[in-house]
Parts: sequence; structure tokens; C-alpha cells
Amino acid sequence: MFGVTLALVGSTGTGATQISSPRTIKITAKKFEYSPAEVHLKRGEHVVLELTSLDRKHGFKLPELGIRADVPAGTTARIEVTAEKAGRFPFACDVFCGDGHEDMTGTLVVDP
Amino acid sequence: MHIDRRELLKLLGLGGVVLGSGLPGFSLAAGKGKVAEDFFFLQLSDTHWGFSGPPNPEADRTLKQVVQTVNATKAKPDFVVFTGDLTHTTDDDALRRKRMGEFKAIVSGLHVSKLIFLPGEHDASLDKGQAYQENFGALHQSFQHKGVHFIALDNVSDPSGAVGDTQIDWLKSELGKLDKDAPIVVLTHRPLFDLYPQWDWATADGAKVISVLEPYRHLTVFYGHIHQENHRMTGHIAHHSAKSLMFPLPAPGSVPKRQPIPWDPQHPARGLGYREVEVAAKTAEVKLEEYDVKGARV
Repeated sequence: MFGVTLALVGSTGTGATQISSPRTIKITAKKFEYSPAEVHLKRGEHVVLELTSLDRKHGFKLPELGIRADVPAGTTARIEVTAEKAGRFPFACDVFCGDGHEDMTGTLVVDP
Repeated sequence: MHIDRRELLKLLGLGGVVLGSGLPGFSLAAGKGKVAEDFFFLQLSDTHWGFSGPPNPEADRTLKQVVQTVNATKAKPDFVVFTGDLTHTTDDDALRRKRMGEFKAIVSGLHVSKLIFLPGEHDASLDKGQAYQENFGALHQSFQHKGVHFIALDNVSDPSGAVGDTQIDWLKSELGKLDKDAPIVVLTHRPLFDLYPQWDWATADGAKVISVLEPYRHLTVFYGHIHQENHRMTGHIAHHSAKSLMFPLPAPGSVPKRQPIPWDPQHPARGLGYREVEVAAKTAEVKLEEYDVKGARV
């Protein structure tokens, strides 16, 4: 199994790290959509995004939080996120996957 | 047909002005015993041949119309460069090759002596450039024209949108032959800088590429991919994107989704066009003129 783990500290983070088991948010990727395409977490919440590709290699890029990962076919990438800043942060597939690649986008929503 | 300033100069017998100068870059550009010469080329981009859909109900005619427009212009460019996404992507390898063949047949009707092609991700990402190379040759290349060094980079045949270390080493080698004042034009499909990575409008290792380009003082980048004009500086390097010849896209980040701007029947082909690039050989300065598909300056 291929795994990617990114431990992130938010832009206004104080360094306090939650050590309890983070909530896991499962996201599937397939041509040409993420499901769910909108993911919610609370400000300061520590979560793991668990991305699984159902068909071919995809990417996951969320520039405003400095996140990017490959999601090869049939594998799962795990990305730890602690977002300290509320807002809507778009993510997109950055591994060209065909006619519809440009539509493969989503939004991570950090609620206040 | 339009008559532009260049044509006017030709008609007045002032075209093809020969320049001589001791300015930085000139001696290297011209070589011993020669003089550098101004010239112009056209940049056409994102023709997406094979696309069909509401964003362009004239999809099977727009490229042909531009070929006619260019041919109807009296002053001929030294060459035409296509900065990628020549064809619209497909999972069907046979259809991809068919589209490439059709595209080649159409643009071979251009009355110019030289055509330069670059791949876009729609042409080359799904098969790592195999069909592209069969039809158009090398994925990256360099050439000289009237003393100006052109370097065409491939940032699409790797589906993650990277140039890659091997090609960067080649780039270093190419640039290493040149004086830091040499006039250089770099051509790519995707922007080399992070224009709007949320929409994948970037090159994965673009920062590394730009750091290699930075020491060269007279260097300009032309690219496509974003289906609109955009002019940006990274340090002293100017980056100019071109319009598409299939459908325009919204300004970076201006809307939630990067969907094509809808076709306006009241203004057909609005937002589509091509570019003329005039190169002043003695200074390596470039001047841009933008045209719509009918050849009207915009």
C-alpha cells in the first residue's frame, strides 16, 4: 500500500498538537471527480484525509495549505491536516487524467 | 484582411530593417561579420482540434479560419509556433493520432516556411508523448533564428506537469553555451511560475526551471494553457500567455470553477485569437500584437 502522510501546522498555529486519534475523512477519486467534492472540518481540528483512487493515478493538490500527493490506482494516500485558518480552500487533481481532468476539483471547508 | 504597421512598413519599403549595434547581446546574436535582423513570428495556441461542444459551436472551423486569416496577410511571419494543446485529448489512441493528422493537414496550409510545435497535456500526457513524437517530432528542442536562441520546453508529457531533472540538465547545457546577455526566447505550454496552482496553472518544478533561466538577462517566456492573455514578471523575466483558438477560460480564480466562458452568439469567437511577436534583434526586446480570428487587432 502506498501512503503519503503530511503533518501540517496551520498558518496561525501555536504548536499545540492534538495527540488523540484524528478523525478520518474518506475521499474517493475517479475520472473525473472526488467524492465527496466538499469536505468540512472545524478550525483547529486535526483530521486525516484518506484518498483512494478507484481507477487510475490521480493527484491531490491543495496549494493554500501546502498539500500535494499522488494517488496511484487502487491505493490510498493518507494526509494529515490541521487547518488553523477558516475558509474555503480549493483542491484539484494535478495529474492529467483525460478529457474532464479540468473538472476534477473540490473544496476543503474549514468552518470557524 | 487587415493591414498592420508591419505591412505598412513593407509597403513603404522599410520592412526588414537591418540593425547594427554594439549593445550587449548583439555581437553574440549576430556572429562575426553578420548583422542582426528584426523579425516577427506568430504564436498560436490551444487549438484543441477534435473538441466539440457548446463552448465553441464552430469548433471544426475556427482553426481553418485562422489559417485563412494568416494567409491573407501580406507580411509573412518568419515562422509560426504552436504552444501546445494542438489537439483535444482522448483515451482512444487511434483517435488521438487521427486528430493529430487532421491538425497537421490544416496547419500545413499556412503560407509560412516554418512551423514549430510544442506539446500540451491534451496531446502528450496520456501516452507520455508517444503519438505526439510520431507526428511532430521531439518533445523539447532548441533552435536559433536570426541570432535569437529559442528553447522549447516540455512540461506536459509527464502527466504531473513537471519538466523533470533530465530536461533541466539539457536546459542547463543549452544555456551554458550562451552569453548571459544573449537574446533568448523560451516557449512552453504551462506557465513556469505558480500562476494559479488551484487550477493546475503551474509547472510542478517550475521554480527550478526559472532559477536556471534567471542569470540570462534578455530572456522572455511565451506559453499557452490558460486560454487567455496574461502578462507576468518573475524577477526580470517576462511571461506572456496567449489566447486559445477553441474557447476562452476565466481569469485565474475569478470564478469557483475553471469552466470555458460560454459562446456568445452576438459576438462569435470572442476571446479567441493569436499573437504576433516582433523581436528586435539588437536588444532582444519583444513587442506583442494581439489579433482576433479575423485578423483584427484587439
